[in-house]
Order: sequence, then C-alpha cells, then structure tokens
Amino acid sequence: MLSIENLHASIQDDQKTKAILRGINLIVKPGEVHAIMGPNGSGKSTLANVLAGRDGYDITEGNVHFEGVDLLAITPEERAALGLFLAFQYPVEIPGVNNMYFLKAALNGLRKHRHLEPLDAMDFLKTIRSKIKEVGLDETFLNRAVNEGFSGGEKKRNEILQMLMLEPKLAILDETDSGLDIDALQMVAKGVNSLRNAERSIILVTHYQRLLDYIVPDVVHVMANGQIIKSGDKSLALELEAKGYGWIEGSSS
Amino acid sequence: MANQFLKQVVNKNYEYGFVTAIESDALPPGLSEDIVREISRRKNEPEFMLNWRLKAYRHWLTMTPPEWAHLHYSEIDYQSIIYYSAPKSKTDGPKSLDEVDPKLLETYKKLGIPLHEQGKLAGVAVDAVFDSVSVATTFKAKLAEVGVIFCSFSEAVQKYPDLVEKYLGTVVPYRDNFFATLNSAVFSDGSFVYIPKGVRCPMELSTYFRINAANTGQFERTLIIAEEGSYVSYLEGCTAPMRDENQLHAAVVELIALDNAQIKYSTVQNWYPGDEEGRGGIFNFVTKRGACRGAHSKISWTQIETGSAITWKYPSVILQGDHSIGEFYSVALTNNYQQADTGTKMIHIGKNTSSTIISKGISAGFGQNSYRGLVRVAPTAVNARNYTQCDSLLLSSTCGAHTFPYIEVKNSTAQVEHEASTSKIGEDQLFYCRQRGLSAEDAVSMIVNGFCKQVFRELPMEFAVEAQKLLEVSLEGSVG
Repeated sequence: MLSIENLHASIQDDQKTKAILRGINLIVKPGEVHAIMGPNGSGKSTLANVLAGRDGYDITEGNVHFEGVDLLAITPEERAALGLFLAFQYPVEIPGVNNMYFLKAALNGLRKHRHLEPLDAMDFLKTIRSKIKEVGLDETFLNRAVNEGFSGGEKKRNEILQMLMLEPKLAILDETDSGLDIDALQMVAKGVNSLRNAERSIILVTHYQRLLDYIVPDVVHVMANGQIIKSGDKSLALELEAKGYGWIEGSSS
Repeated sequence: MANQFLKQVVNKNYEYGFVTAIESDALPPGLSEDIVREISRRKNEPEFMLNWRLKAYRHWLTMTPPEWAHLHYSEIDYQSIIYYSAPKSKTDGPKSLDEVDPKLLETYKKLGIPLHEQGKLAGVAVDAVFDSVSVATTFKAKLAEVGVIFCSFSEAVQKYPDLVEKYLGTVVPYRDNFFATLNSAVFSDGSFVYIPKGVRCPMELSTYFRINAANTGQFERTLIIAEEGSYVSYLEGCTAPMRDENQLHAAVVELIALDNAQIKYSTVQNWYPGDEEGRGGIFNFVTKRGACRGAHSKISWTQIETGSAITWKYPSVILQGDHSIGEFYSVALTNNYQQADTGTKMIHIGKNTSSTIISKGISAGFGQNSYRGLVRVAPTAVNARNYTQCDSLLLSSTCGAHTFPYIEVKNSTAQVEHEASTSKIGEDQLFYCRQRGLSAEDAVSMIVNGFCKQVFRELPMEFAVEAQKLLEVSLEGSVG
C-alpha cells in the first residue's frame, strides 16, 4: 500500500533551511492501522502533510510509493484520486461554499479521475444523510458553508463525514482527536472503525494514547526529531502513556 | 507552486474578441458643434433634443476630466474618436427581426445573445446595440400587450418625445460630470423602458452592447421609468473586439421609480480588458444613477464587472421617497493590468430610507481594485439606515485592493454600519480543496464563487450561471 524510504524534508524558515524529516522509513500494508505518536515538533504533522502534497516543503532525499505510484511526483488532487485522504488537524473554512456542494464536487472529482460517472443526486443525498447521522452532526450542517463557524469538534466530525463519503484507500488522520470531548472522540472512533477492512489502511497521528483505546492499532511508531525511533504493537502506546516521551527519547540517544 | 497553478487558472483568452466585417456609416473623427448637430440630424431628432445636446456640448468645453479616482491611464484624445458609427444596412432601420442583417444576427449568436424569440433565453426580451445604434429589439409586441414600452432610445425620441422630454436628464443632469456631459452631447442610442402604473413586467428586459468598429466611442443612454406600483428587472451585457488601442465607452443610465415601484438593474460587464501586458482594452467611464422618487420605492443595482482596462462607475441611488430602499451589490474583478475604481453613492433624503451596499473586489495579476462609496444622510432623512460591507480578495502579491468609504451624516437618528475585510486566497483553502480531489482550477473558482455568493444570488436566474462562468474565464491564468 504505502512504502516510505529514507524520507528527508525541510522547510525554509527565515532564509535558513530547517530539516524536519530526517530519514523516515515506513511500510503500511493493506488493512493495517498504524499509529504515529511523538512529542510536539517531532515531525508527525509534517509527515502527514508531505504525504498529502502540501506546498512549502523541500523533499531533499528519499521516496514514497503508494500503490506502486511515485507519490512525490504527482499533485495533491492526483494523490486524492488514488485514494489518499488527509483528515486535517485544522480543517479550513471556505466561506460561501455549501458543505454538501463541496463534498459532492469532491466526490465527483474523484470519480472523474477514476473514469466513473458522477453519482446520482438522489443516491448522494441518501448516502450523506445516513453518514451524517453516524458522525453525530445535524443535517443543517450540510447547507452551511464548509466549516464556517463550526466549533472545533464540529469541524473534526465534518472531516470524518468527508472521509466516510470519499471512502479512501489510505486515510491519514492528523491529530483528529485533539480538542475532542469523550463523546466526540467515541463518535470519531466509531466512524474510523466502520471503515476498517482488509483493503483499507489507516495512519493515526496523535499525541495521546486515549484515541487508541477506541481504535486499536496494529503497529505503533514513535517519532522524535524527524525519525521513527521505535516501533511496536499497541502495548508500546500504553508504555509511552505511563512513562512519557522522555523515556523513549532518552533511550534512543 | 500554488501560485503557478493560480496563474494558469486565472488566464484564459477573451472569447468575444472577434470583429464583424460589416460596412459602417461613420462620421469623421473629432468633436465639434457640427458633429453634435449632425448626430442629431441623422437621428431626425426634435428640437428639444438638439438644444439639450448643444447645451451639454457647450458646458463640456468648460470642463476637465476628473482626476480623483485611483486610476492611471494616458490622456484621452477626444478629437481622435469617432462619435457615430452605424452598420450600413441599417439606414432606415429594420422593421422586424427578419430584416436585420444576417451578419449582425450571426454576431449576436456567436456572443450567445439570441435575437430570435425562442430558445434558451426565451423569457428575456433583448435590445441589441451595435456600435452607435440599436439593431434589434425582441418581444416588443408581447410587451406592448401589457403596456410596457421597450425600445431603442432613438425610437423613443420619435414615438414618445413627451416621456423623453419629461424625464431625460432629471436624474443625471447634463452638467453632472465630464463623462456624463460628453455623453449628453453625443449619445447615439441606448434603451428606453417605460412600465405603466401597476404593471409587473412579465419578462426580463436586457440590452446587449457591442462595440465593433475601430476608433469608435460608444455613448449610449438608458432611461427606465417605473410608474406607481410597477416592477421591472433589467439586465445589460457588454463585449468588444480585441484591439491594441483603447476605446472609450461613456454611458449614462437614469432610473426613475415612483411610489411603490421597484427597479432591479443588473450588469454583466465584459468589455475587452486589454491583453496580458495591459495593451488595449475599453475605458469604461459610466454614470449610473437611480432616483427613488416615490414612497416605498426600491432600486437595486447588481453589477458583475470583469472586463474593461479601466472601470470608473458608481451606480447610485437618491432616496427621496419616504421608506424607499436602495441596494448595491457588486463583484469587480481586475486581472493583468486592469484597473477598477467602482462603488456607489446612497443619498438619503426621505424619512425611514434604507440602503445596503455589498461590494466584493477580486484582484489578480497586477490588477488594481478600488471600492469608492458615499453614504450621505441629509438633515431631512429621519431614521435612515445603511449597511455597507466591502470585502477584497487578493489572488497575487502584485495586485492591489483599496477602499475609500465616505460617510456624511447630518441627522442624528441615522444608523450607518461599515464592515470591510481583505484576504489573500488561502493556500490552505486551495490545498484543502485539492486534497479532497478538486483540480486547482475548480478549487479557485469554487473559492472565488463562494466569496461572491452574496452578490450572485441577486442576479436574475438566467444570468447567475453565466456570471459564474464569466468569472471563471476572466480568472484563468491570473495570479502570480
């Protein structure tokens, strides 16, 4: 599904080059759920953004293949068309653009890339009405502007709604759990779990073990200073929770 | 990278830049009293018209062009302009649509404006103005059934001289400003609309202005009178061929709404904007003003300004009648080297009058976009209300957005609100859309359309879609 080899990325900050990713290696197989944990500034979100193709990063070394395609050579929309989805840490507001219209345009955009007919309007409406219930948002959110005036929790639920509608092959959730109360967290987890199957992979970027109580990962990675310094099964997350990041950072140096 | 995408998205070619090869009957270039007399003679005008033109011309000689606008352009040589040009076949004027020169019909067809009374825009009556004259007006008979007069200005002068004499220049006097005064002296045609008492005009009325001949100025004049309790929705569209020289367009529009009457006036302005280097394009100096003469009358201006090298226009409303309402909804887009200085004036005179101003400026490339607006509350205007919102969206780092609001309040019961915002099209927004699978083009047009939504929804339905498409076209390749 996804293979990352020796990925290095940096940003230009005050005319100085600052390395953020310093040799990431990661293989995600179909059906697997990977959690990437680590302290602030370890490069977790950068990794998610680089995979999705956000501007502003220089890839200095390494390569990424997704379903056999050189991911770094194609545009963000082409990556989306291949089935890569990023749930944003800070979902963006688009004033004046109807939420449902946006989602429909996105879905039909993906379908066009895949040489499929646009979805029938009635089928779309039926599907979205059932999915929006799953994420616990009122139907009125469909007719509001994309994320405009939504609370933090509502934005995150809206991300999950988009994910459920777009049915990606690889979903990357960038700190989707941050700022959520326990009810919202469970709702998000339920949504993600409903998508789990043998063909679909999920990468959870998170600070806290809490989310992993609800979405049980196959593999847990710990990032620090732009590298994956430790990988293990779900018990690694619990150990981290108990001992703190200092434990692992200390042990690696 | 994102900027490159924006650049591709914003620059598409101007689709309406073709020239129709048609023989025209033009006066020699230059302006003099003789030219004014000759225009009037060719149009077989009654004496009051000639006298009015001559007063305007003599006054114009004493005036200088306004310099207060945030616009830069080389001086216009008024002696090199041709003030009258008409397609030759039209010497006597076609009696019906069947007599219109097929070349002209073809031209309008190419522009997407049907001059036959069926098809896509069957619910819209069209007056087509080609260079200096009106070449066809559709649905006249159907409109006449309910007493609505919709014809070219020239025809109105012949057939309804009393109405013309009564209202011409009562909203925009011939001394009003440099360009309006010039127009008053030399205007050659335009549209005339009269809606009788209590009539709701059964269809959209529309004028389509086309400049074709080279070195020719277009000076048209539109007069709309809505009697008590009547309603009309009117739309104008404009295009011109691509030429390296600038061409002048100086129009005047006067609207009069009596008691309980409503006029909704929409403009989709797509004059040739000049090329990517800023060569050529139309200089668009337009005076548009409506008078809410009657109580509870309402005038609403909606404009989508995407064309012209220079746009100078301030569609305004004089709120004389008590409880009258003025509205101004505007989207102005400047790309490449286009400049727009546009806005409105809301003059509150009557009691309990209210006005709303929504202005959306979009700048791309090296475009300069200024909002200039005046809200004046006279001492008599008890309980006047105004709400103004000016938003600017920047699509490049080389473009500019400026806001010049003027507020003059002379009555302490007035409530005037002004909100303004400027934002750069977010790379975050673009990335978000693209991550969801939208192409960069679709993402930009979606974001821009969202930005303009408040204005688009004021357009008559038939044209809202056209306006969105126009914005997409004008934006292609714009940002750097």
